[in-house]
Amino acid sequence: MSDTLMLGAVAYDPKVVTIWEGFKTWFADEHDFAFDFVLYSNYERQVMGHFAGHYEVAWNSPLAWIQAQRVAKKKGREARAVAMRDTDMDLTSLIVVKSDSGIDSLDGLKGKTIGVGAGDSPQATLIPLDHLAEAGIEPGKDVEVRRFDKLVGKHGDHVGGERDAAKALMAGEVDACTMIDGNHLVFTGEGTLPKDQTKILSQTGKYDHCNFTVLDDAPKAKIDRFVELLLAMKYDDPEVRPLLDLEGLKEWKPGRTEGYALLERAVDRFGYLKPFFKEMGFKEMGV
Amino acid sequence: MAGGHASLDLTDLGLDEGGHLLLRRAMREVEIGERVAITGRDDNLAVHLRGFCRQEGHEVIWPEEEGDVVAIVVRGGAEVGRWRGAVKAGGVKHDQPGAVSESPPSTWGLAARGATVEAGGPAFDFRLDDKAEIWADEAARLYEQAAAAQWDPAKAIDWDTDFELPDEVEDAVVQVMTYLIENETAALLVPARFLSQIHPHFREVMQLLAIQAADEARHIEVFTRRATLKRDSMGLSTVGGQASLKTLIDEPDFALSSFLLSVLGEGSFLSLLWFLREHAPDPVTRQVAHLAAQDEARHVAFGLAHLERHCRIDPTMHGRLADAIERRHDALRDTAGLNELVFDALVLLAAGSWDHEALRRGFQRVQALKEDMDAGRQKRLSRLGFDDAQAEQLSALHTRNFM
Repeated sequence: MSDTLMLGAVAYDPKVVTIWEGFKTWFADEHDFAFDFVLYSNYERQVMGHFAGHYEVAWNSPLAWIQAQRVAKKKGREARAVAMRDTDMDLTSLIVVKSDSGIDSLDGLKGKTIGVGAGDSPQATLIPLDHLAEAGIEPGKDVEVRRFDKLVGKHGDHVGGERDAAKALMAGEVDACTMIDGNHLVFTGEGTLPKDQTKILSQTGKYDHCNFTVLDDAPKAKIDRFVELLLAMKYDDPEVRPLLDLEGLKEWKPGRTEGYALLERAVDRFGYLKPFFKEMGFKEMGV
Repeated sequence: MAGGHASLDLTDLGLDEGGHLLLRRAMREVEIGERVAITGRDDNLAVHLRGFCRQEGHEVIWPEEEGDVVAIVVRGGAEVGRWRGAVKAGGVKHDQPGAVSESPPSTWGLAARGATVEAGGPAFDFRLDDKAEIWADEAARLYEQAAAAQWDPAKAIDWDTDFELPDEVEDAVVQVMTYLIENETAALLVPARFLSQIHPHFREVMQLLAIQAADEARHIEVFTRRATLKRDSMGLSTVGGQASLKTLIDEPDFALSSFLLSVLGEGSFLSLLWFLREHAPDPVTRQVAHLAAQDEARHVAFGLAHLERHCRIDPTMHGRLADAIERRHDALRDTAGLNELVFDALVLLAAGSWDHEALRRGFQRVQALKEDMDAGRQKRLSRLGFDDAQAEQLSALHTRNFM
């Protein structure tokens, strides 16, 4: 079994099993590439498992990427992002208010309440709140934050929190809500956010999302082959297409790390990862 | 569009209220890698373009300067890629050459015949996927006839007709109706079972079996209504009758089942219905029998048509059909003789009274019925290619239950 490449992934939805079983079969049947996976219920444990050597490549959320990268640094090691989805690149998030709220700028949120996603969601919580803070609006101080926690530990992989926050906006329970840009189209299309009653108050800068993370002891040949096979996957191919559809991409791209600056800033600003690093046994993780 | 970009003006239509259709259409009109400049006044257009194009796999180029153009979208290859390898599942019109495949793949699934089927779909499990086994060119025509001939049980029969039969003649009618319902139930369940196994590529056969089940449902309805016109309860159900019908229901092979049920069974049944029409003691029984017979004639016609074709293609079919009759006969060997209950009821019904001359007439009529049934079976067996001696021998083996 030692020639098998092991992947770690978080089971945020039952389809995750279908996805990785599908990849495993495709790798084996079409390319004679031995591949297997372990599933975690949350990203924190997945990151710990990576350093404990349970597996070799992590399918990491952006937050988990940062966790892995910083733990690696602390241990004198290195983490690399080797591949990601085309749909993981150049995302933005939005802050939405009601059209008749009288709120025309971020300043208008002072003294109000904003509904955000799960506490560990980069796109629905960390990055938008950092965006506010950068504009001089302190979350918790200048604006009250109400979290719509859905499946904490999954880093916002589940869209539920954003939808609940949007419903709360329409119900008048919060004055603003956050969401990833793609969800705005979904919510206005389905009527959760009637477009004539709401407006986009602000849009964050661009950021990247999930990536395949490896550590410096990853078996180079296996990883290179893995990436090669991923990049060669074509949407044309009927064997491959259902897997791509399930995983939500049209093609894999080589990994890049330039798109994590906003999340890094958010994490540092809010000291978000301090409890995690403490659990990993690091008293001071530094900024 | 020589030289410049293609362009799309969405005016005030948002992507979240139908604008995406225009965007998709505009992308289809350019080559992969070519660009479309998007303009529009919806407030959320830029944000929506970002998310939508990411999803669809189109690159977005944001203009450096403020201007009319909100974004430039570069056509990605995903949509075209998706339909590469799609296959046309035969042709819509069954009588066109090559329209109906001999052996449609399981991945054509539920797709309409003639549809273009995306590659990579699930493989359905339709056991009956061999044209030789189930097809008849007459299927389309027979379905049309069936669809046009769906009569309304409430209106097609004059249920209010005033008549009164002697008690025991009425009882005889009820017994016959009880017997007919049991048999029609088998005649409903058997096609229904095979219906779910037929590859939908053979659309006309699928439709025909569906409407055949609907016909039987209607017959069960009117036989029940006639039985309960003057009485509160039904007649008797015999072990022999049910045992005979069970052998039909248990037959897993479509050709054999069709042969036993539609050619032999329903064929005999047709003779019985004509008999009831002719010798009915009351007008309602006559009407009920007449309408049911019209439908049954279609069922027999389809059975004959696809079996005739199958026998021409496969010379071993005759042996298998003969074998089926013999096996069934053996299986029913221990059941009682001709369903005496039904036989006596038919005699009384045809007699119309206990008068001795009437009884003699009734008895002779039922004898004639049995001979008609036998002659009908032999004729159908001959049509399927059995020689006269075989036809006579096999007809004699047919179940004593009629069906």
